[in-house]
Amino acid sequence: MPINYYLFLSLALFTIGMVGVLTRRNAIIIFMCIELMLNAVNLLLVAFSKMHYQAALEAGQLATQAGVEGQLFVFFIMVVAAAEVSVGLAIIVMMYRNIHSVDINFLNRLKH
Amino acid sequence: MQDIFQLAYWIPLLPLLGALLNGLGRNHLNRTLSGLVGSATVLGSFVLSLLIFFQVKAGQSGVVHYFDFIRVGSFSIPFAFQIDALSSLFLLIITGVGFLIHVYSTAYMHHEEPAHFARYFAYLNLFVFSMLLLVLGSNYVILFMGWEGVGLCSYLLIGYWFKNPAYTAAANKAFIMNRIGDLAFLVALFWIITKSGVVGFQEFFAFVQQHQFTDRFTATDITVITVLFFIGATGKSAQLPLYTWLPDAMAGPTPVSALIHAATMVTAGIYLIARSNMLYSLAPHTLHLISWVGLMTALLAASIAVAQNDIKKVLAYSTVSQLGFMFLALGTGAYAAAVFHVMTHAFFKALLFLGSGSVIHAMGGEQDIRNMGGLSKKLRVTYITFLIGCIAIAGVPPFSGFFSKDAILLSVFLHSPIQYALALLAALLTAFYMFRLLFLTFSGRFRGTQEQLHHLHESPLAMTLPLVVLAVLSIVGGWVGIPAALVPDAEALHHFLSPVIPVLTHAVSHETEYALMALSTGLVLAMIAAAWMRYRNYQPGTPANAFINLLENKWYVDELYHKLIVHPFYVLAGWLRAIVEAKGIDGLVNGVGRAVQYSARQLRLVQSGQAGLYVLLMVLSMAIMLLIQFFIRK
Repeated sequence: MPINYYLFLSLALFTIGMVGVLTRRNAIIIFMCIELMLNAVNLLLVAFSKMHYQAALEAGQLATQAGVEGQLFVFFIMVVAAAEVSVGLAIIVMMYRNIHSVDINFLNRLKH
Repeated sequence: MQDIFQLAYWIPLLPLLGALLNGLGRNHLNRTLSGLVGSATVLGSFVLSLLIFFQVKAGQSGVVHYFDFIRVGSFSIPFAFQIDALSSLFLLIITGVGFLIHVYSTAYMHHEEPAHFARYFAYLNLFVFSMLLLVLGSNYVILFMGWEGVGLCSYLLIGYWFKNPAYTAAANKAFIMNRIGDLAFLVALFWIITKSGVVGFQEFFAFVQQHQFTDRFTATDITVITVLFFIGATGKSAQLPLYTWLPDAMAGPTPVSALIHAATMVTAGIYLIARSNMLYSLAPHTLHLISWVGLMTALLAASIAVAQNDIKKVLAYSTVSQLGFMFLALGTGAYAAAVFHVMTHAFFKALLFLGSGSVIHAMGGEQDIRNMGGLSKKLRVTYITFLIGCIAIAGVPPFSGFFSKDAILLSVFLHSPIQYALALLAALLTAFYMFRLLFLTFSGRFRGTQEQLHHLHESPLAMTLPLVVLAVLSIVGGWVGIPAALVPDAEALHHFLSPVIPVLTHAVSHETEYALMALSTGLVLAMIAAAWMRYRNYQPGTPANAFINLLENKWYVDELYHKLIVHPFYVLAGWLRAIVEAKGIDGLVNGVGRAVQYSARQLRLVQSGQAGLYVLLMVLSMAIMLLIQFFIRK
């Protein structure tokens, strides 16, 4: 499949995630949107990795390692995202316990 | 024997060590010790100078190279000392007269606090050090270091009693006036370096010899450099138009005046031009200028001195006048005569200043000669030595001043009869005002208070001994330059200086010389008689006419300078302060501060605490940065 499809798909996913982060007020949905953005980037990384590998094979390099870094990045991002989710969910739980809401507009104490 | 030349660095180093010792240890030394340190170091320099002088007299001379002071690419300024006839003679004058002044100071300054006493001697030693550096340096840069050093030390010493605002104002005046001249000196120095690439006297003169009046060193270059050096000399040596600092320099202690006026500082300008005589001989226009400036200064200062009533002011103006004579000699090409007059003048002017210090000491600080009179009976030694000084400066044979002044007058006579007539007039005025001073101070009836009369006493030995030595020198000092018309095989000084200063050959008959000598001597004696008639029994309260008032107010030159230069300068400075400083520079600085404060106040509102807004701003700014990068990459 041409790389363009992957590009457009991940761009669409990223935009959806970004708009969600900007417009929604529910902390959990914002969280999900952030995950969406992260995974859009993951998708892009994998797609490019595959593309470079394919290109190296077609150039006649049989035992090539081209594009393997992209896959590695994806693993790292997944690990970081998992850690982030655990921390973020903990924060949301604490927030709910305190103000009985997950609306981030109640969370404007940041300026104090 | 070059060994003694290798020791030449001790000559300036000893006073410097003395200055450091006295200056740093001023709180721990007592008066005896700091006086001893101050005098002994200069005495050591004097002994070394004597040894060097005799070596030079035996025909030795040379440049002693110590290290490279500055080295940039192919251009280097060596730290080296020039030892030849001219510098060794100046060394003797500076250290010899300087030593006597140091000895005198130990008694004169004895009422000072020990710490201030040591500070005084530290300055005095530093002064001698700077002057020695000035005459020893083998290039214009080392000379300039000494040149600046004496300027600094004169400032420190004139403002020695710094609690008196008038004295610190006088110190400022001296320093600022000197700086004007120093600027011209610096420009000349840069001009020399740009044109020739060397600063050493020998190298530079060789360069001039080789390239004179060619494209590499045109007649304009020579004229500009000589005029700039002369402007520097007018500052340091108190010539028109920069002379007004010297009479004010008497704000310092009296021995300091003796040091500034006689042995150091003011002779620096003469030394500079005498040292560069080879260059000046190529610039007839500059010489013409110098002779007229010197002559006008001599006349103006002599006329002012006639009507002054402060004992030190009369002497100060007489110094300006005598320096005018020296420049007149330089301007007529008689460099050796100028140096000769520097030497004799150092003797009798130091004598007169120290004598006046002795009088002031006896009178308990009184300086107005209208309140003196009849001191000859009480101050026997001071009176006799002061009398000798007056005779010497007036130019009565066979005292020293006669021979040096005669050499100058002869040279002027050959140069231009008009200048001769004016110079003779200045010489006659000298005789008149000096004897007016003498008679007002020492003869007639005592006009001071009873308390002062009771207090009158001869000064201690440490003060009278230098007076006696200087009096002897004032008598015999001129005998080294007796003209050939009087005794065969004479003009020893001219022959001594001949390696540095070419000997002038006078195309003048002995009869003319005799006539000139007789004329000047006769007129001088007449002036002395006139002064005697008029001031022998001076009574205060004689009404002064308008002309005398004009003279007493120094032709209003100070007021003129104040109106023409100082006042407009203050106005300009005030305007700059009020407009440029307050509105411009302050406005700029404050404006930057205010802009930061204002924008910070506005930006502060963005921090609302709304997480959504933060995220939006973050996204927006990232988008903007990406766009910028995108377009810039293009």
